Amino acid sequence: MTFVKTKLQLSKMAPGDILEILLTAGEPLDNVPRSIVEHGFQVLEVTPVKDNIYKVVVKS
Amino acid sequence: MAEKNKLSIICMSGDFDKAIAVFTLASGAAAVNYEVNLFFTFWGLNTIKKKRGRDFIGKGWLARCFNFLLGGRNKLPLSRLNFAGASPVLMTGLMKARNVATLPELFQASIDLGANFYACEMAMVVLGLTQDDLIPEVKKVLGVASFLEMSKGGQTLFI
Repeated sequence: MTFVKTKLQLSKMAPGDILEILLTAGEPLDNVPRSIVEHGFQVLEVTPVKDNIYKVVVKS
Repeated sequence: MAEKNKLSIICMSGDFDKAIAVFTLASGAAAVNYEVNLFFTFWGLNTIKKKRGRDFIGKGWLARCFNFLLGGRNKLPLSRLNFAGASPVLMTGLMKARNVATLPELFQASIDLGANFYACEMAMVVLGLTQDDLIPEVKKVLGVASFLEMSKGGQTLFI
């Protein structure tokens, strides 16, 4: 569902816009950035925010 | 150009938990660019009625009573431990608290990501329903032959 929400948000954004997503470690962090790249978007940054939570910066 | 992956789901159940399974799969598959075809039949039609609560809809008094008792999307029962409709409300609260997408969110995401909604012609005749009783996103009322043709070459699930 995290990727579903990400995809819906990215579809509303203009090319070049930046989206920040907070993901928990494990399945979401393993799969969402990979799916984002597979769908032609760019992952600019993945940084830990706090225990188990990561910020992923995406360029649409 | 490579053919698009395809997922077709026969949505027979009118249970809350099974509707969550349908729309989780539908939105997830649509998000990764699958063609998604949802074919609603019998109790599954409750999920896509325009009236979300209990309403006397349909043709004929028996069908109207049936549709009142079955209700719409807001009245789907849990398949086990429904407790007169209390459990779906509690389950939705639990899903929100745990940051998991709820049935209305999954339903809307499936629509927004372009899943195709179809209704079963035979079940609609039995329940006295017309396309006008269903949400506008329902593209067409189909029979089995058309659905089989549409789902050819992809994966098909029955829920």
